[in-house]
Amino acid sequence: MNFTLHVWRQKNARDKGRMETYQAHDIAPDMSFLEMLDVVNEELVAKRVEPIHFDHDCREGICGACSLVINGIPHGGKKGCTTCELRMRNFKDGDEIYVEPFRAKALPVVKDLVVDRSALDRVMQAGGFVSVSTGAAPDGNAIPIPKAVADKAMDAAACIGCGACIAACKNASAMLFVAAKVSHLAHLPQGQVERERRVRNMVAQMDKEGFGNCTNYYECEAVCPKNISVEVIAKMNREYLKALRKPVK
Amino acid sequence: MKLESKIPTGPLTEKWDKHRFEMKLVNPANKRKYSVIVVGTGLAGASAAASLAELGYNVKAFCFQDSARRAHSIGAQGGINAAKNYQNDGDSVWRLFYDTIKGGDFRSREGNVYRLAQVSNSIIDQCVAQGVPFARDYGGTLDNRSFGGAQVSRTFYARGQTGQQLLLGAYTALNRQIGRGQVKMYPRTEMLDLVLIDGHAKGIVVRNLATGKIESHAADAVVLATGGYGRVFNLSTMGLGCNVTAAYRAYKRGALFANPCFTQIHPTCIPHTGEFQSKLTLMSESLRNDGRIWVPKKKGETRPPNQIPEDERDYYLERKYPSFGNLAPRDISSRSAKEVCDDGRGVGPTGYGVYLDFADAIKRLGKDIIEQRYSNLFEMYYLITNEDPYEVPMRIYPAAHYAMGGLWVDYNLMSNIPGLHIIGEANFSDHGANRLGASALMQGLADGYFILPYTINDYLARVGAGNISTDREEFRTAEKQVEERVEKLIAVNGKQTAESFHKRLGNLMWEYCGMTRNEAGLKKALELIPALREEFWNDVKVLGEAGDMNQTLERAGRVADFLEFAEIFAHDALNREESCGAHFREEYQTEDGEALRNDKKFAYVSAWEYKGVGQKPELHKEPLEFENVELATRSYK
Repeated sequence: MNFTLHVWRQKNARDKGRMETYQAHDIAPDMSFLEMLDVVNEELVAKRVEPIHFDHDCREGICGACSLVINGIPHGGKKGCTTCELRMRNFKDGDEIYVEPFRAKALPVVKDLVVDRSALDRVMQAGGFVSVSTGAAPDGNAIPIPKAVADKAMDAAACIGCGACIAACKNASAMLFVAAKVSHLAHLPQGQVERERRVRNMVAQMDKEGFGNCTNYYECEAVCPKNISVEVIAKMNREYLKALRKPVK
Repeated sequence: MKLESKIPTGPLTEKWDKHRFEMKLVNPANKRKYSVIVVGTGLAGASAAASLAELGYNVKAFCFQDSARRAHSIGAQGGINAAKNYQNDGDSVWRLFYDTIKGGDFRSREGNVYRLAQVSNSIIDQCVAQGVPFARDYGGTLDNRSFGGAQVSRTFYARGQTGQQLLLGAYTALNRQIGRGQVKMYPRTEMLDLVLIDGHAKGIVVRNLATGKIESHAADAVVLATGGYGRVFNLSTMGLGCNVTAAYRAYKRGALFANPCFTQIHPTCIPHTGEFQSKLTLMSESLRNDGRIWVPKKKGETRPPNQIPEDERDYYLERKYPSFGNLAPRDISSRSAKEVCDDGRGVGPTGYGVYLDFADAIKRLGKDIIEQRYSNLFEMYYLITNEDPYEVPMRIYPAAHYAMGGLWVDYNLMSNIPGLHIIGEANFSDHGANRLGASALMQGLADGYFILPYTINDYLARVGAGNISTDREEFRTAEKQVEERVEKLIAVNGKQTAESFHKRLGNLMWEYCGMTRNEAGLKKALELIPALREEFWNDVKVLGEAGDMNQTLERAGRVADFLEFAEIFAHDALNREESCGAHFREEYQTEDGEALRNDKKFAYVSAWEYKGVGQKPELHKEPLEFENVELATRSYK
């Protein structure tokens, strides 16, 4: 298969950036999107052009490092699939493909397709945890948790923190990401003690980082590679409202 | 050099308690005077950094990824072992200890392994308390499954994403400490050298991968939690950033590298399809609980799998190992797959694949149950191969996976360099020659939550708080060396990419140092590796600048270290004239092709000392003493 790629190139955070066009030759349908970029990069190096930079690591859809907006859709638009899992067989021979970084004020470009997602870490540092120091835990079976509840918590916990939800949202809202963590811990008995504090602090940090608000377009759910449901956003909103009504502990 | 394992005296079951009492403590009020560097934020690193910060130490944590949450522990799918015996099926601390020692083919220390089994239960409790959503039964209690060669159900799991969920648990604990200011986190930062002051590890030199800036960090102790070196094979189940650099830099500063030839080849990965391939995707071995492994009996079979009748199939694991069947340990399953494929009975386009078939399980349990157990794995397989495992059997083949070998440590997880501690996959200690499934997560978290936070006190209390400045000569010199090396890589200005060298190194390691090894092949590898390294330094091409984000430079630096490390690997495999665990020397096998261990000559840990690039490293031996278990022949028949 052959493709024409239009790729965002930006030398560093200070550079203005622009789209460049490259050809991808002899691409096997079994290749992943990133392997296709590897092949293009090898050719670029041979031509003494600095290769396209992009974040990636596990290449099996779990680490959340890979990103990319492909033809306008974060992770390329295949349901439940990260860019590294996306295979070239999902494209047609001869396609033109546009490749851009995740774009949001809170996720500035570092270089080419690499963006700085540390804002997400800071939201987590603001409260996305249970304050239990090592050694202080009761027996794992001390508190039974109904299977349905554990499953719900697991559904929300499956978030890989890639940031596609933000890139897909016209408000650059991080609600799906933040709500997944809030919802995961709010479902579990272990998360109850800090329930109100957590949601208040995480939402405050989210706002401080410059993420937008949710206006219920559900683009986030559509692109989430782990199929996190927007139900978690509704859950977070309820949690937040309840928390506001309670005095700060 | 005499290697002192520092295993406490006394009965096995009391060693750890006794040791904990005998170790020195740092007064709570004094802890804030100390600082500790933790490199790597996988299960071991994140749990250690969080636990040390909770105790009151000032911690600096480093990872090369853009976030601590992306360390490759996240890739572990199947589960984590613990001796809870929640299933009432005869498990105990002693049984977990015995299974681990036996699984490691009697090449690990009794004292370390027993301690690992002892603390395993606390890990589960800790993770549950953090909110890790382990699978549960309808009654609300934790569910277990049996896993990779165990005859009891002791594996706790969170769908097929156990590593991710445990890492997120450790990452949230770490985040809590970052939020409190007790941990300073440095993401996108790669360690490029270890700094010694008066023989003690007191700092590191790093490169900021976003800006290219090289800088030093000093502390009272250094902890490396930098994972394994499986990527020496290039194609492996590891993340593409996984590397040996930090560990290898420590080795070049004098830390011993132990048992490098013990690398696990994982039996259930999606087979290789072409030259372009960047990694081999693991399919959790939990699939072997319900999937049956087979190949056609006939060589060169061309019919699709569902048209091959039952009596023309060879369920070779069930045939050869009736009591363990499809659950035979990883090394045995991997070698058996290679054997049938070498025999011309492999399946798929390359002939290097075997079937993992769920048809019987779906018939027996229904599609719903199979879906509940493995849906995310089946989806992942479908995304990659475009084949639906509910309809046609999966195709799998072994791939390079976990490194049992690593930097040498004593019972305190301290290397021969005082102050340098090594935890998780980066050390060599607990898995011997082969690791059992679901034990990597257990060991990473055991080291980070429950062992290092005790043992490091002892070192810190003995040396006192140093308040070391990075202005010292030792840091300047190390920084200069790192800068020179970066410049040297760029200055080569040759024609071939680091990537292409990595592929060639990987191919040669897979061929001569892979699933089976022999003397002639290993000697050949020892000729080819230095030649490839020389070619690299004459012809590698690194574009871009050192003072910016530069992924080709990062890759080249890592490949350069693999090209040196590969040689110790081959020396170790050549030296170990026996077959044990994952190390299979063709010269040493029984008549029916099983591994032939030599306990008289090789019941020792090989610890290699750096003697210069291209020079044969010096071998130091730490004899392994077995007082509590009998060295049996591992049999899974």
